[in-house]
Amino acid sequence: MRKALVVCRRDVAALAGAPLGWIVAALFLLLAGWFFYSDLVFFVVFGAANPSRGLWRFVFLDVRLVVLLLLPLLTMRALAEERRLGTLELAFSWPVRDGELLAGKFLGILAVYLALLAASAIGPVVLHALHSFPLGPVVAGYAGLVLLGVACIACGLAASAMTDNQVVAAMLAYGVLVFSWFVSWNEPAGGETLGPVLLQLSLFDHFYGFAEGAIDTRDVAWLLAFGALFLFVAHRALGARSWRGVA
Amino acid sequence: MIVADRLGKRFGRRVAVDAVSFAVPRGEVVAFLGPNGAGKTTTLRLLAGVVAPDAGRALIDGHDVATAPLAARRRLGYAPERPALHGDMTVAGFLRFVAGMKDAPARRAADAAIARTGLAPVAGRRIGTLSKGVQQRVGLAQALVGDPPVLLLDEPTAGLDPERAAETRALVRALAAEHAVLVSTHALAEVGAIADRVVVLHAGRVLADERPAALGARMRSPARLDVEAAAPADALTAALAEVPGVRDVTVVGRVNGHARCRVEVAPDADPRPALASAIVARGWGLLALAPVEPTLEDAFLALLRGTEAP
Repeated sequence: MRKALVVCRRDVAALAGAPLGWIVAALFLLLAGWFFYSDLVFFVVFGAANPSRGLWRFVFLDVRLVVLLLLPLLTMRALAEERRLGTLELAFSWPVRDGELLAGKFLGILAVYLALLAASAIGPVVLHALHSFPLGPVVAGYAGLVLLGVACIACGLAASAMTDNQVVAAMLAYGVLVFSWFVSWNEPAGGETLGPVLLQLSLFDHFYGFAEGAIDTRDVAWLLAFGALFLFVAHRALGARSWRGVA
Repeated sequence: MIVADRLGKRFGRRVAVDAVSFAVPRGEVVAFLGPNGAGKTTTLRLLAGVVAPDAGRALIDGHDVATAPLAARRRLGYAPERPALHGDMTVAGFLRFVAGMKDAPARRAADAAIARTGLAPVAGRRIGTLSKGVQQRVGLAQALVGDPPVLLLDEPTAGLDPERAAETRALVRALAAEHAVLVSTHALAEVGAIADRVVVLHAGRVLADERPAALGARMRSPARLDVEAAAPADALTAALAEVPGVRDVTVVGRVNGHARCRVEVAPDADPRPALASAIVARGWGLLALAPVEPTLEDAFLALLRGTEAP
């Protein structure tokens, strides 16, 4: 675990020192801030009585799109760039387990993502100071964003572990995430047997409850399982050098 | 101790390494010599555990790289040929990071590696801003972090200026006392300066495993001379071919009425005085008469001839 933290610290410093990290951070905060502001204006103008259904649901459903859009940009470099530079090959010659390396990468991006979420909470905090409202739905929404982030980061790392090309890594991650997102977009297309299965597999549906202010353990378990599955895939992709024969 | 035990590796249909076996005990520097594509880098990567072999075993201090990778890697310092470094980090920061990955005390291990490789003046600079030669030394320094007993160095002097290359060779020699060192190179001149033994690789196979002096002796014969004279090429060729001890003469160049010939000399013969006399006696101007230093290709041809001879 100590080595995972060493990798995590290095990656956070690398993201903080690179233009990409700052661009993604600026975009995230700009978009999240804009959605919060515009949804708040919508809520005030149309005067819905219930802030949970009338405001926070819209805010979190909008912000999840930003998460979907920006997290693959943070994860695409993580392993693909190291593979391209040859630093991954060097790391394979150090006494570090693939799992520790992967955990460090995962924690590094998660730490940056949590910092961005914390910064995006400034809007709700200021609103709460000006006008008190129940915090439960907001906490649920952020919990959902954290879990969604875990799932997206794991998926992005798996994609990044499979190639030495950042663009390919990002496209792979987008492909998987967008498919998981919209797999239940048109339920009837799945028919009577496949439809309910697709619904259960959809990232979109498992986030919906959080956006509405409800934390359902089934959703929590599903998002964590999604993350665990892709971390496993990433781990296998790193270990594949033993049978593929190339680093 | 490094042991390669019948190591084999294919990439698709191409055999990169074919049943390569040798051992490097502690206290010895072994040079891994071969032309580009001979399989040097692949063998080093197999020994470092970076790629898995298709056949055979690689042992680092008795630990099999495939079945006990962490134990093997704890005793290993590997410097790839291409300096693979995090350009956004400072030299000291990167080496401390490496120390963290190798369970070594970060500051002490990094400082020791910096001192050994003479990187102190650039310790605070970002790696990406350094010249290729300095980056090469940073790559060497990361292999030395934690002072592992086994070192695998892939062309550590490539891209260095002569002064730095000499320093690196001296460092490798100094490391030999406490380490088992395998250094790959395609520079023949380097071998004598650093190595106790040479393993020559050609087309993925070990062609020779011997002391540098023995290898050098094998390569000196047959010797060749370059002769340049102010003479017609055909007449010069005919005149040189008559000299005792000359096996063959070929014209390699004609410039401004001068001819340059390559003279193959019979083993144990030194026809240089006779060649000079033959030219001067005909009233031609002797412009050059010099031995041709054997190239690595010559060495391989000589070795190949040696191995193919009955």
